[in-house]
Amino acid sequence: MKLDLSGFESTPSLHGGAVDDVGEDLFSRPSFQLPACSDFDGFQKDAVQMVKPAKGTTTLAFIFKEGVIVAADSRASMGGYISSQSVKKIIEINPYMLGTMAGGAADCQFWHRNLGIKCRLHELANKRRISVTGASKLLANILYSYRGMGLSVGTMIAGWDEKGPGLYYVDSEGGRLKGARFSVGSGSPYAYGVLDSGYRYDMTKEEAAELARRAIYHATFRDGASGGVASVYYVGPDGWTKLSGDDVGELHYKYYPVVPTPIEQEMADAPAA
Amino acid sequence: MALSRNWMYENNGGTCVAIAGSDYCVIAADTRLSVGYSIYTRDYSKICKLADKCVMASSGFQGDLKALQKNLAAKHLIYQHQHSKQMSCPAMAQLLSNTLYYKRFFPYYTFNILGGLDSDGKGCVYTYDAVGSYERVGYSAQGSGAGLIIPVLDNQLKSPSPLLLPAKDAVTPLSEVEAVDLVKDVFASATERDIYTGDKVEIVVINASGIRQELMELRKD
Repeated sequence: MKLDLSGFESTPSLHGGAVDDVGEDLFSRPSFQLPACSDFDGFQKDAVQMVKPAKGTTTLAFIFKEGVIVAADSRASMGGYISSQSVKKIIEINPYMLGTMAGGAADCQFWHRNLGIKCRLHELANKRRISVTGASKLLANILYSYRGMGLSVGTMIAGWDEKGPGLYYVDSEGGRLKGARFSVGSGSPYAYGVLDSGYRYDMTKEEAAELARRAIYHATFRDGASGGVASVYYVGPDGWTKLSGDDVGELHYKYYPVVPTPIEQEMADAPAA
Repeated sequence: MALSRNWMYENNGGTCVAIAGSDYCVIAADTRLSVGYSIYTRDYSKICKLADKCVMASSGFQGDLKALQKNLAAKHLIYQHQHSKQMSCPAMAQLLSNTLYYKRFFPYYTFNILGGLDSDGKGCVYTYDAVGSYERVGYSAQGSGAGLIIPVLDNQLKSPSPLLLPAKDAVTPLSEVEAVDLVKDVFASATERDIYTGDKVEIVVINASGIRQELMELRKD
């Protein structure tokens, strides 16, 4: 019986080791091509400036009495240009685990997809679901092996496994932290302000969702690189569900409705001349 | 800049646009290829047909684009041999994303748009950044004239975000003829104000009956 060492592999495998005669050369695991230049770091710095990969964000997640709440905005910016207002930053790894995207959009999308594949392979090989601890460790090990190469990933893995709710923060420096409350991204300082002051462990699901929504809204209000739609997800014992998706422009007027001054009110009420 | 310090890239300019409708998809790109202030040719196609219902347009460095197109065409051919069918547009979209990401540390300097029909026959447009992050959208523009074109498309075509809950219907209201007219208008406007856009615009329309192509003249100055 061949020992399964795929857990130790850190480079991405496109075909999961499938080998046949025709595919020997074509399907040999693609490796990352590197530029043949003397100054690798300088090249990466220039390439990033030229290519301006999409990034910028606010994401947050916290554990409370009933499970885990995960929330994010939906803006992607390339330099000063808003490349999209409808990016999915909460990535569904499997029906009971979510990952958030902050930093480089391509880096997060690719490595989360890769993590989803690895989690599925783990399920098939071990006949049980992978734990949140295990999934976050897989991702952290991969990112650590690419440390220093310029990846930009700040992600949270949130899920519900046999031990209950789990939340880990993993980043491209190779860091991995277990915790109960995290916010990641350019808008995170603003989100932390609202989140930390309003957090209680024994909130109801609705209160927790509203806290998350407000925290994202306030971050989009003050951070230029965050905006779009505030999505809120809940992870419980039966898996994740999406609780809400609200345009932050509309949330603004919901939280701070415009009250007309008496003069304006009179002018609005007066019949058209 | 091209030859100093081993710098391997060049920006050939140009603009691409794509619009997805309920049963059609319009993809367009200008045909000018420039380096710096010089125009190298007025007749260069930036559009490539990858599959029966899937077309890609890109601006950026055309050398990388040629390599990328060949790469994708080869992978598509292998897929056809193995599965006895063409790749669908969403499948090709993910293949392109992976292909771009595998050059994460030596990027393809191309800004791509993929357009076509999904398996339900609805128009789909996928927009990419240079390292492979992608998203399905209703319309997109990339390239030197994108900043001039996208605000117009936002104004005419913007639909409720797919992330909203409760979900709002997000179908582009335009008919195929209106969409092609809109594309011609935005290219004419972009040509006025962007030096890298002009000469001709190649417009490809994919619908249930197949793919058709037309060329429209633009200002050559």
